[in-house]
Amino acid sequence: MKTEGQLAGGFSFENCRRNDMLAQKGLKQPSFLKTGTTIVGLIFQDGVILGADTRATEGPIVADKNCEKIHYMAPNIYCCGAGTAADTEAVTDMVSSQLKLHRYHTGRESRVITALTLLKSHLFSYQGYVQAALVLGGVDLTGPHLHTIYPHGSTDTLPFATMGSGSLAAMAVFESKYREGMTKDEGVKLVAEAICSGIFNDLGSGSNVDICVITKGKKEYLRNYMLPNPRTYINEKGYSFTKKTEVLKTKITPLKEMVEVVEVGEAMEE
Amino acid sequence: MDLDAPHSMGTTIIGVTYNGGVVLGADSRTSTGMYVANRASDKITQLTDNVYLCRSGSAADSQIVSDYVRHFLHQHTIQLGQPSTVKVAANLIRLFSYNNKDMLQTGLIVGGWDKYEGGKIYGVPLGGTLLDLPFTIGGSGSSYLYGFFDQAWKAGMSQSEAEQLVVKAVSLAIARDGASGGVVRTVTINSDGVTRKFFPGDELPLWHEELEARDSLLDILSSASPDPMVS
Repeated sequence: MKTEGQLAGGFSFENCRRNDMLAQKGLKQPSFLKTGTTIVGLIFQDGVILGADTRATEGPIVADKNCEKIHYMAPNIYCCGAGTAADTEAVTDMVSSQLKLHRYHTGRESRVITALTLLKSHLFSYQGYVQAALVLGGVDLTGPHLHTIYPHGSTDTLPFATMGSGSLAAMAVFESKYREGMTKDEGVKLVAEAICSGIFNDLGSGSNVDICVITKGKKEYLRNYMLPNPRTYINEKGYSFTKKTEVLKTKITPLKEMVEVVEVGEAMEE
Repeated sequence: MDLDAPHSMGTTIIGVTYNGGVVLGADSRTSTGMYVANRASDKITQLTDNVYLCRSGSAADSQIVSDYVRHFLHQHTIQLGQPSTVKVAANLIRLFSYNNKDMLQTGLIVGGWDKYEGGKIYGVPLGGTLLDLPFTIGGSGSSYLYGFFDQAWKAGMSQSEAEQLVVKAVSLAIARDGASGGVVRTVTINSDGVTRKFFPGDELPLWHEELEARDSLLDILSSASPDPMVS
């Protein structure tokens, strides 16, 4: 585990002194985009259901009212991410690519535990600096699986799980209503209820409910399954821009040109 | 509410030898600051068929150490051609803990059975010492058990005596330590193999000032009414 060289990869803290100096001079440090978030997962009789809210915050401001927090890992595995948005996107993208290469290499469907090990080893090696808290769920040949992964690299395997700033609100719903062996409709209803509990009771979560149902051989990504926060006032005039640009000429060029490939000559020979 | 705090297992872990094997016991609470992240975690993980490990301290650190040691023990078993001894497993745990002592924060108890020395318990606390002991305790809840074990432990117990001692001790620690809780899990390892037992919170004995559960979620769920808030 302990390597010989000190500079073998990992975080470079070189700019910290410069940043401290700039902060002292009065420069406001840019805040990072955090997904305040409520993310949940539960196991029902046929598989796994994952749920997430859709608000991304930058400090007190809502930066994205409809972001996607349920990330694709494999055709049978999805992962919800809470924490720093860049970290969750990057780490899930990276492991998704690694899983695809692994599928090409082995010729088999990916297993949830493979994704789990790849994620936990990456997060552990960055000692918690990659702030991604994930709920990983999927169905493989060994059955349905649901795991939580914490920024420091520890994992838990649970029948129902919640993460993010709204996790306490969502966990309260799960703890009172979860049963083993629920049907798909019961499960989806419970997940939607838990996310709504986060949306309405946690300031870091809001907007809409996304749900993903994964069963053996099939997945249903229900983007914006519920929209409990519609815009209440919409201006009838719509948007109008003051100075209109005059159109002088219109020319449309199709992007793809048909190219013919002609087989010429023989194969190259030494 | 610091949900960004590292995941730690407050914990009470115990390892005890008896006449013929060992009994490992643990609570099931994993906390993130003041929030219980997992109320039913399994802190007794398998290293080989005959050696198990009780984990305490940082959840991430103890999981990674156990994964590494499981991998090397597997290699060792293949090369040796027979099940590895408990001493080898404990030594590998100790080497990891000691050589990475500045980066790790985890206290571990290794317990198992092999044909050369029978049931053995080894403690590997913070810092990476290897302690060969007839019984050992660890985790934040262990503070409340030192006096109890001084009085209650004796050599040459039977399997049921040892199991009862471990369950009693973990439930006493749970009663007094805020960072321990949930259920009690035990793993008994002897020449016949491995037996896992599970003791839910309502089956544990009640200690001083503890009251019987009444109108708890279990009662509400099992009663006829589908609405949780209606008696």
